[in-house]
Amino acid sequence: MSGHSTYNPTSGFGKFMDKRLPLARLVHDSFVSYPVPRNLNAFYTFGAILMIMLVSQIITGVVIAMHYTADAGIAFESVQLLRRDVSYGGLLQNWHAVGASMFFVAVYVHIFRGLYYGSYKEPREVLWILGVIIYLLMMATAFMGYVLPWGQMSYWGAQVITSFFSAIPLVGETIREYLLGGYSVGNATLNRFFSLHYLLPFMIAGIVILHVWTLHVTGQTNPTGVEVKSKQDVLPFTPYATIKDAFFVVLFMMVMCYFVFFLPDYLGHADNYIPADPLKTPAHIVPEWYFLPFYAILRAIDFNIVVPFTEIVLIDSKLGGVLAMFGAIVVLFFVPWLDTSDVRSTNYRPMYKIFFWLFVINSIFLGYLGSRPAEGIWIPLMKASTFWYFFHFLVIMPALGFFEKPLARPASITDAVLAKASNSGASQIEGTAAEPNTKG
Amino acid sequence: MKTLFSRLAKHAVVAVLGASVLVGGAFAAEEDGGTPHYPLQKPREQSWSFGGPFGHFDKGQLQRGLKVYTEVCAACHSMNLLSYRNLEDLGYTTDQIKNYAAEYEVTDGPNEDGEMFERPARPTDRFKGPYANDKEAAAANNGALPPDFSLLAKARAPERGFPTFIFDVFTAYAENGPDYIYSLLTGYQEAPEGKEVGEGLSYNPYFIAGTALAMAPPLSDDLVDYDDGTPQTVDQYAKDVSAFMMWAAEPGLPQRKQQGFIVLLFLAVFAGLLYFTKKKVWSDVAH
Repeated sequence: MSGHSTYNPTSGFGKFMDKRLPLARLVHDSFVSYPVPRNLNAFYTFGAILMIMLVSQIITGVVIAMHYTADAGIAFESVQLLRRDVSYGGLLQNWHAVGASMFFVAVYVHIFRGLYYGSYKEPREVLWILGVIIYLLMMATAFMGYVLPWGQMSYWGAQVITSFFSAIPLVGETIREYLLGGYSVGNATLNRFFSLHYLLPFMIAGIVILHVWTLHVTGQTNPTGVEVKSKQDVLPFTPYATIKDAFFVVLFMMVMCYFVFFLPDYLGHADNYIPADPLKTPAHIVPEWYFLPFYAILRAIDFNIVVPFTEIVLIDSKLGGVLAMFGAIVVLFFVPWLDTSDVRSTNYRPMYKIFFWLFVINSIFLGYLGSRPAEGIWIPLMKASTFWYFFHFLVIMPALGFFEKPLARPASITDAVLAKASNSGASQIEGTAAEPNTKG
Repeated sequence: MKTLFSRLAKHAVVAVLGASVLVGGAFAAEEDGGTPHYPLQKPREQSWSFGGPFGHFDKGQLQRGLKVYTEVCAACHSMNLLSYRNLEDLGYTTDQIKNYAAEYEVTDGPNEDGEMFERPARPTDRFKGPYANDKEAAAANNGALPPDFSLLAKARAPERGFPTFIFDVFTAYAENGPDYIYSLLTGYQEAPEGKEVGEGLSYNPYFIAGTALAMAPPLSDDLVDYDDGTPQTVDQYAKDVSAFMMWAAEPGLPQRKQQGFIVLLFLAVFAGLLYFTKKKVWSDVAH
């Protein structure tokens, strides 16, 4: 943490504990006196929103697990009994299912915010990498959670996703069998997925603690991308960030509740209201919406990669698709080094700004393509869109740093804030800004 | 340097967009001959009492739907997830439900002699299906298993397509299932010329998984007697049974929407208070 602790216990008990287990000091330093840049915008509240979402998913999940039965024969019905016969069971189940979707909505906003404001750049590389690990764990958790209701999409989604592992040469089949606990998706699969679905959120919580720790070591970025230089640049976390986070958390809750109470099935797939049937393949197997961009990338690779001028297949289309799909996530780990520009905030990068928004549009388009069948016009579009995804990270990001001429950046956060205030004709006087380490 | 590259960047954008349009044009033609997408016709949207943010079930309609289900559909379709006691939602008294249940015989046991025995169903029993198991059900219907009714209104949702699926968020449209069932039940027609329909199948452009389905048109005018003066037409039967199936799929639907209204109201007030508190807290700081 920047600066030394300002925690000052007053009660006897507080002093006693502070010498033995300074938990109150840790909380005070992390969430009360911790200095945050004064110019953070609403996008910076998504960290708090994600914290709330994780806790809400764990609490609802623990209660649902009290009613759920992980047995291929009755799993589907146990979810229905929860919805129909348990007090507030329907609400609980909708909240958990919609909550998973909203968790991803929030994490995507959070990731794009990080990409826009260069939150991955020196000295925040580890912070970013921990974030990508959380994202990976979230995907694993969400996928296994989706299998648990044991509907048609649960079953066939599990079938498709576990088959990725069989694409690995030599050991693929063995890995897949270990994963499934048999030769195909069945009761053993359901049991281990349930166990892991209960385990992974706590691993996420552990990494979130590291994520927040690294954040509090490096300090937050801010929309100017200029590091904190003086005490005037920052405000104490409480009350400034706390109240702002609370406001946006409640706004986010409103969006979530709209879906929970009025459109609980909108984000899911109707086929999951049909019990799993190993003998009946659904017409189109599609994953949850938050995996669709990766599903499009997977299916974009429909060709074998051969040694030039021969028939020898180096990478067949299945392995190629799987590699591309995992590559789309792996590339995120290298973003801190792929971006060669030393300007953090995209606000001051006129060309990158265009490419950033192109990337956002392309990602959403990839998501739409993921929901389309792999036929006709959609295949070349999937290829073009996949190409652009990698082109952005592997070519545009490294190249722009060398060519782009950034705009003039403010000397400090305070300068930027005051310039903005005087431009908008506000009469606020600088100087009343809090002394961050003494307030609260 | 800067202008050169921003120009390059703009060209890149135009090129990518242009290429995708070209590619799109080239392949759009191919799609016409590709795999057809079902249903051939989208469900016709109806106005339902349970639609919208203040939706509720029309008990009269549900009672009529139950009658259609009991007298027509239940001959082939089970409704495993519901118990007779659930009929309370439809406005029936405990005695009425007891009488309704008692018309069915269920297997219970073993008794003290270790034997299974038949007894009249009680309100706590699940709805008794027409067949002993799925195999028997399929065998009795030329191999086509009649789907269970419990969740059908949620399990059938033909794709809405772009951009309709975006508008649906704002109109809170969630009646795709009952619209589909209604459209299917009233959508049987003569197969168009040159269209082959397999033996034992009936042509229906609203069917989600093909051009024809194994279920023959189940409804006809005056098939079920309504004692409340409601018209005894296929259209009315189809609507009533679709509404009934929506209830079966989610009996708690109206409560969910009521809760939602209160929750959103609370959150809106809370958000308002937080907004003004935030404004006050930040009032002495330029940001």
